[in-house]
Amino acid sequence: MKPSSFDYVRPNTLQEALELLADGTEDSKVISGGQSLVPMMNFRLARPARLVDIGRLSELEVIRTVDDRVHVGARVRHVQLQNTPLGGPLGSLLRRSAALVGHLPIRTRGTFGGSLAHSDAASEWCLLTRLLDAEITVRSIRGERVIPAAEFFVSVFTTAMEPDELLTSVALPVLPDDHRTGIAEFARRAGDFAIVAVLGDVTVSDGTVTAARIAIGGVDDKPFRSAAAEKALLGGTFGLDLLQSAAEAAADEVDPPSDAHGDAVYRRDLVRALLPRALAAGAAA
Amino acid sequence: MTPRTATTAPADLSAPTSPPAEPPTWTGQPVRRVEDPAILRGWGTFVGDVAARDATCLYAAFVRSPVAAGRIRSITAPPGVRLITATDLAGVRPIAPELKRPDYVRVEMPVLATDVVRFVGEPVALVLAESAALAEDALDSVAVDIEPTPAVLDAAAAVRPDSPLVHDAAFPGDPNTTVDARLTTPGFDAALQSAATVVELEVSCGRQSAMPMEARASHAAVDRGTGRVTLHTATQMPHVVRTGICDCLDLDEDLFRVVAPDVGGAFGAKMSLAREDVALVFLARRLRRNIAWIETREENFLAAWHSREQRYQLTAAFTEDGVLTALGADIVADVGAYSCYPVTFGVEPLMAFAELPGPYTIAEYSVRSRAVLSNKCPIAPYRGVSRPVQTLATERIMDVAARRLGLDPVTIRQRNLVATFPHTTPTGLVLDQASHQEALVEAARQVDLPGFRERQAAARAEGRWLGIGFSCFAERTGYGTPAFAARSMAITPGYERVNMSMDPSGGVVLRIGASPHGQGLRTSLAQLVADKLGLRPEEIRVVHGDTDATPYGWGSFGSRAMVIAGGASSRAADTLRQRLIDIAADQLECAPEDVDLREGQATVRGTGIGRPIKQLARLAHHNSHLLPAGELPSLEVSATYDPGGTFSNACHVAEVEVDELTGAVQITRFLVVEDAGLLVNPAIVDGQVHGGVVQGIANALYEELLYDDRGILVTTSLMDYLPPTLAETPDIEIIHLASVSDATLTGAKGVGEGGTIGAPAAVLNAVSDALSPLGIELTHLPATPSRVRTAIRTAQARLSSEGALR
Repeated sequence: MKPSSFDYVRPNTLQEALELLADGTEDSKVISGGQSLVPMMNFRLARPARLVDIGRLSELEVIRTVDDRVHVGARVRHVQLQNTPLGGPLGSLLRRSAALVGHLPIRTRGTFGGSLAHSDAASEWCLLTRLLDAEITVRSIRGERVIPAAEFFVSVFTTAMEPDELLTSVALPVLPDDHRTGIAEFARRAGDFAIVAVLGDVTVSDGTVTAARIAIGGVDDKPFRSAAAEKALLGGTFGLDLLQSAAEAAADEVDPPSDAHGDAVYRRDLVRALLPRALAAGAAA
Repeated sequence: MTPRTATTAPADLSAPTSPPAEPPTWTGQPVRRVEDPAILRGWGTFVGDVAARDATCLYAAFVRSPVAAGRIRSITAPPGVRLITATDLAGVRPIAPELKRPDYVRVEMPVLATDVVRFVGEPVALVLAESAALAEDALDSVAVDIEPTPAVLDAAAAVRPDSPLVHDAAFPGDPNTTVDARLTTPGFDAALQSAATVVELEVSCGRQSAMPMEARASHAAVDRGTGRVTLHTATQMPHVVRTGICDCLDLDEDLFRVVAPDVGGAFGAKMSLAREDVALVFLARRLRRNIAWIETREENFLAAWHSREQRYQLTAAFTEDGVLTALGADIVADVGAYSCYPVTFGVEPLMAFAELPGPYTIAEYSVRSRAVLSNKCPIAPYRGVSRPVQTLATERIMDVAARRLGLDPVTIRQRNLVATFPHTTPTGLVLDQASHQEALVEAARQVDLPGFRERQAAARAEGRWLGIGFSCFAERTGYGTPAFAARSMAITPGYERVNMSMDPSGGVVLRIGASPHGQGLRTSLAQLVADKLGLRPEEIRVVHGDTDATPYGWGSFGSRAMVIAGGASSRAADTLRQRLIDIAADQLECAPEDVDLREGQATVRGTGIGRPIKQLARLAHHNSHLLPAGELPSLEVSATYDPGGTFSNACHVAEVEVDELTGAVQITRFLVVEDAGLLVNPAIVDGQVHGGVVQGIANALYEELLYDDRGILVTTSLMDYLPPTLAETPDIEIIHLASVSDATLTGAKGVGEGGTIGAPAAVLNAVSDALSPLGIELTHLPATPSRVRTAIRTAQARLSSEGALR
């Protein structure tokens, strides 16, 4: 339960941080809230040679709305999102998702960008960015680039970022009021990682679904977008029956892993149970 | 005798620490725990604190086997790493606990594995370093080469003739079988044949960890002048640890001191001798260095004793009226790779053997109960020992039979619960005065069973699944030497001894062999003694946990301390009281019978004449020439108590709602009607019930240690092993009954384990009741969401295919 020894640096500016990440030090790792990294270091599952602590980069702690995009800084803490005054279907989804992240002490220290860079396929933020086709901005001394969420998550604990790159912010789309969003997840205990989580964003016009996005966690090694469920929803009459048939389609489509918390058959059952619940608030028959 | 009923109000946290006026008795008052202020402020002293304050100590880290079974080829470390292997411990005796029974197979547990490893997590070596972090670094550098051999991972397979053997020992019965107890009453077969209905059922329980918040921890310190070693260790039984280590090291006990400082929970998991501790003491003596070992949570899961894994094949014969006339059981406990010292791996199967009939008037009983070895972590006691599974067995039988016979769960239990006392069970246990029937009736009244059935039916019409489950049990507590002797233990625990002295200022020090570790015993004992001596509880200081400062005793386990240490304290206080009265009578020139001790005064009854007790104390020490003839100077007494044992009882009721689609179970109500006789401190008793029930709910729904098919433990962190949190815990309602039993000196019965014993069966009965339209009877602990969902899915598939056939 003691980490192996490591160096520790805490840059004062973004530029300083990027220079450190580019200085050629092997196994350098960015630490933000430390809510995943520190336990992994204590278990010695992660043994970085050096930690670059970005805790002083306050410019990364800002949420800004510009036109039809909400830019969430990498160091925005989960609890800030849980309390965001942002209106509409996006604000509601952010608040409801944030409330499911760990426990209050974890939400108080852990950060949005840290969660994405950690890339756990069951994490609420990885699923939400994938659901909304968010654009993830990363920087290095070589410059800045924007990675679509669909390309950002590569596998468990692996992203498309290069070792010298730092995640700085994420652009989420403002969702008009004809969107219905929701999240439902199943965990054994309050605050645990979900065994299966489902997030949905559907656009309903005169009772008909005109656009649909469904993201599912716990069924793949990265956040999963269910093409089958989205296809099943599109053009249908929004209601419980439609959600249930979309859930069936998603359950048939996924190929989940088995572990101590549940086998593949059980996880499919959870997909069936949770997809309607994620969006049911607006679906009373 | 009719039990008195009393409902306790929740403790008023705003109440002052001591009431302004003294109550008629301190016994029975929810006196605030004297233990809490220091612990809550972080001022306690745990073993980790002892180590942290020792700037010079070395830290040990244990190299543990990564394979379930194998032969050690080599253990090597780079130069500079201080590596200790079994070779370095030459001469140290293995730990080899014994039962003097013909069916007991003695197996030895070396302090470090010598040539063979028998479970993942078994210590094969250790490293020493200047800090805990450096010790972990050193651990990383050790290379262990083990040739794997076939592992025994399933108890059913372990007893087959072709099974590999966990130990190279001669087994008089089946392979790997180390205890095999059998009994059949003469009328069993006849009762089975004349039964109106026979319920056959298999119940089982997964492995559970007691998971104390503080994992194991030890600090061995050498006095360089004398060579004497002091071991601070997180234990429930410091005197027994001393004996055990001295036996392994061939050491005189006076050369070795064991101290249990503040201990952060134990629940049975700290009442067995740790091989790690033997190594620590040996090396501290050899190297003349202080050495600390602070166990990690991962190690605690791997190697610090497991519990519970057992399977019962049950046959229960009922009359048409629902009377259980005969009970048959074939019990197999998977006890892991070694025997725990001192209680041995017989603890679970032998308790199941003796106590399975529980609170029921079962006349005929046939049982076979076995301990079977496997290549898994050894089993040791955990709060409840095998009784959570025994209770699951009898309570599931009751509900299954009730459904079959068209009876409700209360009626069938009323027809079978013991109502007249004393009652002798088929295995010769004597149930003393208790309130089995009354507790059930009160529980049924509280939950309004007919009203619940209406709500259940209405919910079912909406597609919601509600259920209710009852669980009745007898909790054997406070058993002394005779009960342990019946198990033929080579080391036979039982009695407790106390020393009590009053100092010249009138303060009382009570030194006990019991070793509380969170139960609030210092508070409860002080209440008992204060009443006897006319003092306030804060004037009684209880000293425990230090072999240099306390009389030999067995420690705290088996719901025994209040009964046995309490009885001994009560006896000692009676003697001291009489001495104070004799001195007072002499001073006051009256008859001793006329003297009363109350509110700090020795007074002549019916008069205002008296002397402060403080004055008598000073006289006894400083003017002993003025004492009555024959009275010894100073005020010191000792007492011992060794009762036969007593049975607490309770009825638990769980109400649940099952999520059909996810298999999740929500407990919507939990009621405990319990009877532990006289309540010395009702707030502490409520705390025992609350904590126990939460651990029982953990057993029912959440916690399970899982091995994979290679014998590797996969649940080694709190992400995979899931103790419920407050968010998963229902409000727990408690109603106390108070039978007056003469089986204990004080009238108090033990209350430490009932919560864990009753809750699992109540929850599984409730879930099975909820799902009864689907014909589901759950029989395995824990009923995880995936297992419940699988049962629902299977049942629905069966029902729809049956529907299709019709």
